[in-house]
Amino acid sequence: MNLPNPEALFEMLTEQIKPMITAKTAIVGIHSGGAWLTERLLPILGKDIENGILDVSFYRDDFNQRGLHNETKPSQIPFDVQDKHILLIDDVFYTGRTIRAAMNELFDYGRPASITLAVLVNRGGRELPIAPQISAFNTEIEASKNLQLLRHQDGTFYFTLEENE
Amino acid sequence: MQNPQLTNDGKLKHLLSIDGLPKSILNQILDTAESFVGVAEREVKKVPLLRGKTVCNLFFENSTRTRTTFEIAAKRLSADVITLNVSTSSQSKGETILDTIDNLTAMHADMFVVRHAQSGAAHMIAKHVAPHIHVINAGDGRHAHPTQGLLDVFTIRHYKPEMHNLRVAIVGDVLHSRVARSEIHALTTLGVPEIRVIAPKTLLPKDVEKLGVHVYHDMREGLKNVDVIMMLRLQNERMTSAMLPSSQEYFKTYGLTSEKLALAKPDAIVMHPGPMNRGVEIDSAVADGTQSVILPQVTYGIAVRMAVMSILAGN
Repeated sequence: MNLPNPEALFEMLTEQIKPMITAKTAIVGIHSGGAWLTERLLPILGKDIENGILDVSFYRDDFNQRGLHNETKPSQIPFDVQDKHILLIDDVFYTGRTIRAAMNELFDYGRPASITLAVLVNRGGRELPIAPQISAFNTEIEASKNLQLLRHQDGTFYFTLEENE
Repeated sequence: MQNPQLTNDGKLKHLLSIDGLPKSILNQILDTAESFVGVAEREVKKVPLLRGKTVCNLFFENSTRTRTTFEIAAKRLSADVITLNVSTSSQSKGETILDTIDNLTAMHADMFVVRHAQSGAAHMIAKHVAPHIHVINAGDGRHAHPTQGLLDVFTIRHYKPEMHNLRVAIVGDVLHSRVARSEIHALTTLGVPEIRVIAPKTLLPKDVEKLGVHVYHDMREGLKNVDVIMMLRLQNERMTSAMLPSSQEYFKTYGLTSEKLALAKPDAIVMHPGPMNRGVEIDSAVADGTQSVILPQVTYGIAVRMAVMSILAGN
C-alpha cells in the first residue's frame, strides 16, 4: 500500500486546526508522535498557546497483561486544565484505547471545557466509541500491521508500515 | 546463581536489595520515578495502575516515615492498602511470620512490603510466596533498605544529572548503615567516578577500600570540592562501641556545619536519610539551609516507591 507523505498531511492538519484556536485553547500532544506534531504546530499557530505533553503509560488498560512500558516519560501539563478547550493531538488513531487513557489522565488535572481530537492518520479499527474530529487522512490498515510516524534528524516526518511482532 | 529478585527473563520480581541489580533496571526505576514526581502536583494525586490490587505493609519493626511513604505511594497508585504493625498483633500471640504471610495471601494480598529487624526476613518471605505475589524489602536489620538507597540515588540524579562528573562524599557511620554499601554500589554502577567516605576508623567496615571508595578521616579534607554530601545518622547506642567520647565530640569532628559545608562546591547538595540528630551529625543551620535537599528526599521517596511497586506489579 502507498503511504501518503506525512509532511503533506501535516500541512493539511495545520490548516484544519488553525480556525479552531481561541484564547481558551490549549494543545496537548500524546507522546511521542503527537508531541512531535505539537512541537511543529506551535510556531505556526502562535507560540504563546498553552501546551503540554501526555505519556499515558500510567493509564493504559493493558497494564495487567503487558506491565509498565520500559521508557515512560513524565507528562507535562504546565497550565490549568480547568475550563480549557483542549486540542488533543496524536499521530495515528487506531483502537481508541490510547485516547481513552489520555482523556482519563487529563481529567486528573482538572475539568476541561471540551476535548477535540486531531490526528494525522485514522487507520480504522476503532474498538471504543471514540473517534477523531479531525484527521488529515483516513484509511483502512489490516490489524496485522503497525503504522508508525518517525522523525528524521532534521525534524521532518516519515511513516513506517511493518508486520506486528 | 539465579538472583532471587529477578524472573527467568531478567525482570524485577521482588525488590530485596540493590546489590545485583543491573544498570538497566536501576535506570528503569529512576526514569519511572521521574514520571511519578509530577503526579503529586496535580489536582488528583492518583493514577489507576494498581486499581484492584491489595498491598500489605507488614511492619515487624516500627518506622514511621518508611511506613507512611509506602502507604502513600500505594494509595497514589490506587491500590488498596493494609498496614499491619505486627509486633502488636498475632506475632505476639506466637504466630510465625510465614503463617502471617499465608493468612494474608488467603485474603488475596498481591504485594508485601516488609520491614523486619532480622536480616534476610524479606528474602525468606520472597522464597515462600506464590509466584504472582511480589515482595519489597523495606529494611531488614543491618542488611538492606533498597528503596532508601534508590531514593538517595534518585535525589542525586535529579539535582546532578551529569553523574559521570560527580564527587560524592558519604559521611558518618558507614559501618552500621544498611544503605551506604548498596549506594556506593549503585552510584558506581551509574557511572559516578569519585566516591569518598568520611568517618572515624571505628565506624568504617574493614574492607571499605575494596568498594572502590576514597577514605578520609579528616572531614575538612574530605569535603573539598564535592558535589554531594550524604550525611548518615549516628545512632546513640553505637557511640560506646565506636569508642566515641561524646556526641559533642562527634559533632566537632564529623558534624556538618556551615563552615565545613563551605569547603564543598558552592552548589553542593546536602542529604540525610532521617531521622536527623540535630547537633550530632548535622547542624540546624545546614539542615534547614538552602543547600539542604533533606525534605525533597522524602517527597521523592514516594515517587521512587511508586515506581518500584508499579514495575513489580507489571512483571
